[in-house]
Amino acid sequence: MNIHEYQAKDVLRKYGVAVLEGKVVTTPDEAEAAAQDLGGGLCVVKAQIHAGGRGKAGGVKLAQTPQEARAYAQALLGSTLVTHQTGPEGKEVHKVFIEQGCDIEKEFYLGIVIDRTTSRVTIMASSEGGVEIEEVAERAPEKILRATIDPAVGFGDFQGRQLAYGLGLPKVSVNKAVAFMRGLYKAFTECDASMMEINPLVLTKAGDLVALDAKIGFDDNALFRHADIRELRDVSEENDKEVAASEFDLNYIALDGSIGCMVNGAGLAMATMDIIKHYGAEPANFLDVGGGATTEKVTEAFKIILSDKKVKGVLVNIFGGIMRCDVVANGVVEAARQVNLSIPLVVRLEGTNVELGKKILAESGLDIIAADDLADAAKKVVAAISA
Amino acid sequence: MSILVDKNTKVLTQGITGSTGQLHTRGCQEYGTQMVAGVTPGRGGTDFEGIPIFNTVAQAVQETGANATVIYVPPPFAADAIMEAADAEVALVICITEGIPVLDMVRVKRYLDGRHSRLIGPNCPGVITPGACKIGIMPGYIHTPGSIGVVSRSGTLTYEAVHQLTQLGIGQSSCVGIGGDPVNGTSFVDVLRLFQDDPQTEGVVLIGEIGGSAEEDAATFIKEHMTKPVAAFIAGQTAPKGKRMGHAGAIIAGGKGTAAEKVQAFRDAGVSIILSPAEMGTTMAAALV
Repeated sequence: MNIHEYQAKDVLRKYGVAVLEGKVVTTPDEAEAAAQDLGGGLCVVKAQIHAGGRGKAGGVKLAQTPQEARAYAQALLGSTLVTHQTGPEGKEVHKVFIEQGCDIEKEFYLGIVIDRTTSRVTIMASSEGGVEIEEVAERAPEKILRATIDPAVGFGDFQGRQLAYGLGLPKVSVNKAVAFMRGLYKAFTECDASMMEINPLVLTKAGDLVALDAKIGFDDNALFRHADIRELRDVSEENDKEVAASEFDLNYIALDGSIGCMVNGAGLAMATMDIIKHYGAEPANFLDVGGGATTEKVTEAFKIILSDKKVKGVLVNIFGGIMRCDVVANGVVEAARQVNLSIPLVVRLEGTNVELGKKILAESGLDIIAADDLADAAKKVVAAISA
Repeated sequence: MSILVDKNTKVLTQGITGSTGQLHTRGCQEYGTQMVAGVTPGRGGTDFEGIPIFNTVAQAVQETGANATVIYVPPPFAADAIMEAADAEVALVICITEGIPVLDMVRVKRYLDGRHSRLIGPNCPGVITPGACKIGIMPGYIHTPGSIGVVSRSGTLTYEAVHQLTQLGIGQSSCVGIGGDPVNGTSFVDVLRLFQDDPQTEGVVLIGEIGGSAEEDAATFIKEHMTKPVAAFIAGQTAPKGKRMGHAGAIIAGGKGTAAEKVQAFRDAGVSIILSPAEMGTTMAAALV
């Protein structure tokens, strides 16, 4: 789960991480008032969307006066920002964050991730602030400093000092950097984050360190123990169909192709997308119905797939292990009836009770194209939409 | 021979009184696995269809000599269950549970350091040595005893591979699901090393997916240490960047972990590349001759 910058800064503030004062607003009037409250001087107007690259896309504006802040807010609110992370359709701006300005001496990068190779939390720091870390990793990997945290001991101040000296921070700022990182690590572990990025981390002319931007991603699997974080979810930033699917515990990702897929298991679902491509078409979605799919779940899955107008045909691929093929077949038949299916449907069933499942499909009276194996299924659905 | 489990493996189920635990304990027992004990705190002294239940793993091990455990405990409690099994020195810990918080697994991995337990999973279908021992949720009947090792990050896609092998008359030595989470107990390399050292195994089907660098590490190991043929499929060739494809670990982050990179690494290591998931069995068969 991702959150907005202003929410991330609220979280960090609770952990003593230095952030600037600011206020999130939804109208130009509020923007002007917020800028006034911040002192009436220089402030920054920042579009709040779940995507990076806002600065380059014109989503971050420096305002000299509250009136200017108002004008920028007016222009941004309701507009659509297209950044390299939003895709060509862009994201509509519903909120802007009015934040204090600051005197920037130098910009750095600070990030925390879970390193899969070491199975540990790793802090990454770089003197190249404000640019994407992937770009730095590509161009100058030696400029990325790392500290791996032992979960039994936690963050060691010595690790913070190593990073701070490595970044070339002035002497007066080293201990401030250590405290900043200590707070960040605490926030990361206590909130079950999966990713935190402070880019840029700013060294001010006064020698202070402050998070100019903040991005936090949370581990979805840990949200059950963080009611407060769950409340930060902004579904308007997510794909409608993905939100609908999540309500039925379905794993759905919208894609751009024309063949809707319904599969059990994440690996098989990805492989099904791959084989559609292999035979010359494009998948419209990733959809894992999981191990315990019921008729209701299968029906909902169908409705979500068909609500995508790009879908010209549907491929159901089930390898029944725990899930019995007859149950799936009943679900498919029921769903096809309920939604008045009018596009080609190819069903490939394998596994437990497969014969019974095939019989249910054959006797349903519905126009279902049965397939014998994975390749056969892919070929048939690709042929059906090309016909 | 086989790897990890055989007909002498004595298995206990952690979370035996839950519906998943019951279903699969029964399924494994019917397959012929020696299911010797169950653990559910507070239910000690009772039994599940004749299998004695204990309050703690330590008691269960002491009373029954269980040397493997399978965990179906719900996500909030699963990390604790794994550590309990390691504390009781159970040699093989197989965690089926999907959805364990990743920071819990970071702590679990640290706890396992220096201990004698091998963890398989979490978020995996389990381990099977066909005809001898099935521990987990895979459908037993699709398997045939034989000489091909299967190792995979996925569940149902593994069944697909095994099914294709069996249809071609090619049996399996052991099949291991290492799980789809970013932090897991046993890696591809660990399992490949076991297959390389197992006299029964003559070739390996490896099923990877996007995200992380476990496949690249496997490719390096194969290049340097494996003499047996390996055929590999990478799921997610059409997956978009930055989207989690069901498995917590299946995500292309920061442009890293793409299928193309992994396929290239395997190609450089002399691995037979499986281009279509419908050709997992036939590609392995071709690599054997």
